Amino acid sequence: MALSGLDIYKLLPKTNCRQCGLATCLAFAMQLAKKALPIEKCPFISPEAKSTLEAQALPPIKPITLGVDKTRFEIGNETVMFRHEEKFRNPCGVGFIIDDNLGDNEIKDRLAKIKQLKFERVGQELVVNLVAIKQNKDANRFLEAAKLLLDNTDLPVMLMSNDLVALKQAAQINFARKPLLYSASQENFTQIGAIAKEFELPLVVTAQDINQLSQLTKELVSIGVKDLILNTGEKPIADKIWDLTQLRRQALKKNNRALGYPSLTIVDQADPYDEAMEAATYIAKYSGLVLIKGFSAWEILSILTLRQNIYTDPQKPLQIDPKLYPIGQVGRNSPVLVTTNFSLSYFTVLGEVEASKIPAYILSVDTQGMSVLTAWAAEKFNAEAITKSLNSFGVKEAVGHKNLIIPGYVAMISGDLEDQSGFKIIVGPKEAAGIPAFLKNIG
Amino acid sequence: METQLVLEKWPGVISAVSIGALKDEGGSRSSVVKIGGQTTMPLLFKDGNIPHKPKIAFEIWDIAPLDFDEELTSAYGKAINDPFTWAEICVKDYKAELLCLKMQGTHPDFGDKTPQEAAKFVSTLLNRFKTPLIIIGSGDDAKDNLIMPACSEAAKGERCLIGCAVQENYKTLVASALADGHNIIAESPIDINIAKQLNILISDMGFNLERIVVNPTIGALGYGLEYAYSIMERARLAALSGDKTLASPFICFVGQEAWRTKEAKANPQQGIMWETLTAASLIQSGADLLVMRHPKAVEKVKNHIETLFKK
Repeated sequence: MALSGLDIYKLLPKTNCRQCGLATCLAFAMQLAKKALPIEKCPFISPEAKSTLEAQALPPIKPITLGVDKTRFEIGNETVMFRHEEKFRNPCGVGFIIDDNLGDNEIKDRLAKIKQLKFERVGQELVVNLVAIKQNKDANRFLEAAKLLLDNTDLPVMLMSNDLVALKQAAQINFARKPLLYSASQENFTQIGAIAKEFELPLVVTAQDINQLSQLTKELVSIGVKDLILNTGEKPIADKIWDLTQLRRQALKKNNRALGYPSLTIVDQADPYDEAMEAATYIAKYSGLVLIKGFSAWEILSILTLRQNIYTDPQKPLQIDPKLYPIGQVGRNSPVLVTTNFSLSYFTVLGEVEASKIPAYILSVDTQGMSVLTAWAAEKFNAEAITKSLNSFGVKEAVGHKNLIIPGYVAMISGDLEDQSGFKIIVGPKEAAGIPAFLKNIG
Repeated sequence: METQLVLEKWPGVISAVSIGALKDEGGSRSSVVKIGGQTTMPLLFKDGNIPHKPKIAFEIWDIAPLDFDEELTSAYGKAINDPFTWAEICVKDYKAELLCLKMQGTHPDFGDKTPQEAAKFVSTLLNRFKTPLIIIGSGDDAKDNLIMPACSEAAKGERCLIGCAVQENYKTLVASALADGHNIIAESPIDINIAKQLNILISDMGFNLERIVVNPTIGALGYGLEYAYSIMERARLAALSGDKTLASPFICFVGQEAWRTKEAKANPQQGIMWETLTAASLIQSGADLLVMRHPKAVEKVKNHIETLFKK
């Protein structure tokens, strides 16, 4: 819970000395509450008050970076329970568990396939984030497999072993890649904590209940391990949802530092549909890192698309490049439909044009990501804007006619648009769902 | 020191809606499907009560499907060309708890069936199958105002869920649902204010707020799913905080949206996955009723729901 301006005021000298540039300490406190000014602006603040305020300024869920170089990614640093309250910030990492008892070729083959798992959707690149190697046999095999992993993937890696001697050796050969260690428990936290500290590695902490979990994180912090990831172990999905929700609440609503870390979930389902549903559930409900085993492109694309949806900033809708898009085998007579560059508008129109099986052009006007009616109201989807797009995106060169289909909701701009553009305006359906029937009729 | 759990106790409750009427209730259904009634956000069993699991309805049409993906039609086989055989497969083979009948054949462009034909179809379906029923129009407002009263009357006393009432066109449907004892679907275009407004307009006609199911209009995975997801969360939070005009269960037309996407059409497994994952995600934002198409996706999501609710 963030301190209010009044709470902060109580910690200030209350002398109204104006050294901070503001007329009163109260005014300064209000600025601090908004995080508009740094605390250092007050030269007379007591050390105790300063440390209280600094602790307040830390993010409630610690941001943790996994991996190094180009493929590194950050998780944590979340600030809300629901995405409409602001946004979810750091997309949940999606990683794969590979068992070390698989043959070398099988491991290499999987890593090669995982490397291929890159998709482009709505102008964004969707990628997977991490590979974990899990010990099932002896220490030697684990080390071999860990080396194989290092040599065959650029992704951040995670080392999963209960054998701390093997884990330490694997950490030692790997430490430059900053592997994530799995995992600290009631039984081993002193030893594994020492390894994490020695090589400055992030560490998963596992306990079934959140009391134990918070005791463990306090112990680990006290011995100098800084980057922790929370795991509440194997449980039914609904219990995991509860744990993930509770951990997020503890961090955000109670500012519980001992639980202010991102969470890890591990999905253990043989069926790809079951695996994807469980992973999607954890992505939606606050997991910072989710580990799965399946690596089929059709499964992973679905999971990554869900993650993209959940982590889209509600205040900044996804946009596409404004331009003229040919759909299907277009020709000189193909119809031209105009819409906005708001991804959802564009992709809805696209879906219907494709469904109609009639080749057509979609002219996407730069409305800064606003939908049709919003953009019209903001004068970004009016006669002027559409005329500009008609001219700059080469519509006259692409087709041999001068007809333009506009969304039914903006029928009122027809006259103006006809005058300004010289195109004949055809008012299309209000909803995109009407496009196939509409195109058939005008065809 | 014990960590104090943070519990969210809400004053509000979501309406519990029963679909289908048994013999002693004046209908002829063999079961009743109940949705809603929860006092918490989805699946947080420690915060409140969740008396009913999300339910799945199989979508069927009154005519052979027009634009179904090949994977969808092949899942049902040739039978899909006859609506009654289509329904029979859903009920007998896939144990459908609920059927969602779309009167597509009444649309002026797709058969233009008369109100009498539509009513006869509904009566026959109700006679042949004892599963509770959802009936929705073809989406052509003018025509729906002619056929839905006929369908509603043909199903009088069966406590169906009928739709979709929209802001510009709700009066005829509401009057029918009132007269014939049905529940109603209120549809709003991904807009919490319109959802609220429409619920108020419908209740102003004397219709019980607690018999409304809201269709928030979803987008499929990758096609605006997040808009519906957040609208549903916002509406649910408002309802649990005490806003009775938003305390309706949600119906989500998952199948029709998922199977329109190019990802679903690209590859059969991916299509089933797209429908499955759209459904599973919306369960997390509060979906109570999922209208689905592919039998395998239904099976997967149903098992998932059972797993989620296993104690």
